[in-house]
Amino acid sequence: MAAGTAGTNTENAPLMTADGVPLKQSLQRALRQKRRGAFLLTLPLLVFIFIFFVAPIADMMFRSIENEVVGKYIPRTVAALKDWDATSGELPDEKVFAALVEDIKIGRKDRTIGKVARRLNYEIAGMSSLFRSTARRVARLDEGPYKEALIAIRPQWGELETWQLIQRESGKYTASYYLAAVDARFDNAGNIVAQPEERQIYTFLFGRTMAMSLSITLLCILLGFPIAYLLATLPLRYAALLMILVLLPFWTSLLVRTTAWIAMLQQQGVINDLLVLVGIISDEGRLQLIHNKTGTLIAMTHILLPFMILPLYSVMKTIPPSYMRAARSLGATQARAFIKVYLPQTLSGMGAGTILVFILSIGFYITPALVGGTSGTFISNYIADHVSTTLNWGLAAALGVMLLALVLALYLIYDKAVGIDNMKLG
Amino acid sequence: MKKLLKSGSALSALAAAGIIAAGVTATSPVSAQTTLTIVSWGGAYSKSQQNAYHDPYMKLNPGIKIINDDSAAEGLAKLRAQVEAKNVTWDLVDMVAASAITACDDGLVETIDPDRDLAPAPDGTPASKDFLEGTLTPGGTNCFIPQIVYSTTFGYRIDKVKTKPTSVCDVFDLKKIPGKRALEKAPIGNIEWALLCSGVPQKDLYKVMSTKEGIDKAFKKLDTIKSSVIWWTKGAQTPQLLADGEVVMGSTYNGRLFSLIEEKKQPVAMLWDYQVFDLDGWVIPKGGKNLAEVKKFVRFATDTQRLADQAKYISYGPARKSSAPLVGKHATLGIDMAPHMPTNPKNAKTTILFNYEWWADNRASLDERFNAWLAKK
Repeated sequence: MAAGTAGTNTENAPLMTADGVPLKQSLQRALRQKRRGAFLLTLPLLVFIFIFFVAPIADMMFRSIENEVVGKYIPRTVAALKDWDATSGELPDEKVFAALVEDIKIGRKDRTIGKVARRLNYEIAGMSSLFRSTARRVARLDEGPYKEALIAIRPQWGELETWQLIQRESGKYTASYYLAAVDARFDNAGNIVAQPEERQIYTFLFGRTMAMSLSITLLCILLGFPIAYLLATLPLRYAALLMILVLLPFWTSLLVRTTAWIAMLQQQGVINDLLVLVGIISDEGRLQLIHNKTGTLIAMTHILLPFMILPLYSVMKTIPPSYMRAARSLGATQARAFIKVYLPQTLSGMGAGTILVFILSIGFYITPALVGGTSGTFISNYIADHVSTTLNWGLAAALGVMLLALVLALYLIYDKAVGIDNMKLG
Repeated sequence: MKKLLKSGSALSALAAAGIIAAGVTATSPVSAQTTLTIVSWGGAYSKSQQNAYHDPYMKLNPGIKIINDDSAAEGLAKLRAQVEAKNVTWDLVDMVAASAITACDDGLVETIDPDRDLAPAPDGTPASKDFLEGTLTPGGTNCFIPQIVYSTTFGYRIDKVKTKPTSVCDVFDLKKIPGKRALEKAPIGNIEWALLCSGVPQKDLYKVMSTKEGIDKAFKKLDTIKSSVIWWTKGAQTPQLLADGEVVMGSTYNGRLFSLIEEKKQPVAMLWDYQVFDLDGWVIPKGGKNLAEVKKFVRFATDTQRLADQAKYISYGPARKSSAPLVGKHATLGIDMAPHMPTNPKNAKTTILFNYEWWADNRASLDERFNAWLAKK
């Protein structure tokens, strides 16, 4: 009765706890305390994730558009160039040249001019030596006219292209890295155009990475499904043995497995030797199984197989065998019973396996580098190259962000098509 | 009560920290040891440095402890990360000249004044005159302290070729030498060889390479052997491929071939023709914590005797002229090392010297073109 009044007329007669606090408030407080406790418990993890995961990724993402080098290290030139009309067809005036000479002199002393040289060289080959050789000779240049003097040092200073580039890349942010990542660039007028045919590579590599990752995922389903089925249905002692066979390579170092595949697949390797011995192929006609696409497909499928088998197995384990028997007794053929009854129940495991294998393989790096030759390498190999060798971190970041976006997009598509809630990892 | 307990434990924690801190300050003057972290390539190369530089230096200076870090392959990227984070933990880094140019341009490393920072030759020749021409200033930079001259050159399987290769152009001749060959997965070096074998005279190489037609010509030459090439990325790959019989010939660093031939006794011979010279040496990271100590070490480790000593352990040529006559026998094999040096006149009849400045300009764009060429059939 009291509850009834409270329900219809809460404002006048709220429910009270024993110590006189409204029940609602008291419950809320208890809940808040619980939440705070839970939050505090996960706090170390959150901090960890933020410091070692979120922050570095955000930093890398920022680098793909960040472009402070030019504006920071040749500021006078950039300021003087503000009034110059890049489309006028005329070179900047003496004032700009004088500013550049001063900037380069200071940059040489502070050793910052090399940074500008390298940054601009990403856009036009030759900028690196232009700036560095000018820096060496400009020290002796004390009075004007600087325009003639600079053009005498290097004729590129008399070309519009050079100045258009400096003006274009003087902003705080740039789209150049993303353009480069999709095989495009700015032309001299500032329009976006495609890279020359022979330099187009990254879109092709993205395509290849996707296609090969898909193939690997399909191969993993084809090979993993029967094994998972056996694991789930065999008597326990055989299943345990089989499980060890699945897990043993899983626990072995990636590098060891990759190197083992090299020994197996190479032309003088185990498989070719065997085929020659049996007489299927001649000694001259040994198969090229490695340092190409085939090598990457075989080695990566093997390495990623457990990630397909384990979720499939954990789902199959929960499917009662009586369902299949029921379907059979109701008149379905073996094949029909399998397709209509068994297969749909394994989908959640297959979905989990698919997404795991696909996402892992899209970022794979060491295996394609070792066995992929030229036709079996991934975009990640080129990202690594830009991080460690060319030190073009802007381009590496842009490529990385695009890869991340691609994975997220696929994940969303997957979510729409299959539903992420249906996924079972184990 | 709870609060009191809490503050109590906080206090004791503070006290404990204090004790630890006191312990640290108390013990550090006693040990008085400076630890230098030196980054190099690992393997046989680091061992040669350990034997020739590190061990003798630590013996002379008991207060110095040298720790090896084998991450030179990622040296440039890691160094940049350290400098940007303002937490430089490395004291000295081993780099090839091209990387040193990038590091110097980016202001990641200290500049060097050779005559002030490096020891003169025993006869008093200043360092700037004693090091081989141009080796102290690759690409016009002044941060690099060269140790060795190494070369990228070819080795071939004696038992798998019908006619012995005599010229680097035999690499491009599938009729004379059929079979697979290993080449580095980078344009640098390969472009030079391809053009030389397309009839471009050596003195015009970089002039021709500066034109689009020149580069087209080089790729056209590489096209003729593309299907017979296995591309390597690590120096250890070619020796392995040669030993397994996967390739009949292949390019790699001359020291790797030396070890394959003389230490592992494989049926492989050297083809020194048009070997490509390159330099490897030290750079001193900017903002390192032991700058003064490192400079002392570098002065010691790059003097005439030390550079000659390194050649006892690995077949790379010392970068000082005054070291060459002091090169002796291999430390364990007991063979004369001089004939195995890339700088030996017998081996160095025809050589290519990189134009570092040209490559600093064109590396990025040419890498892209090379990778596009590789990726597409």
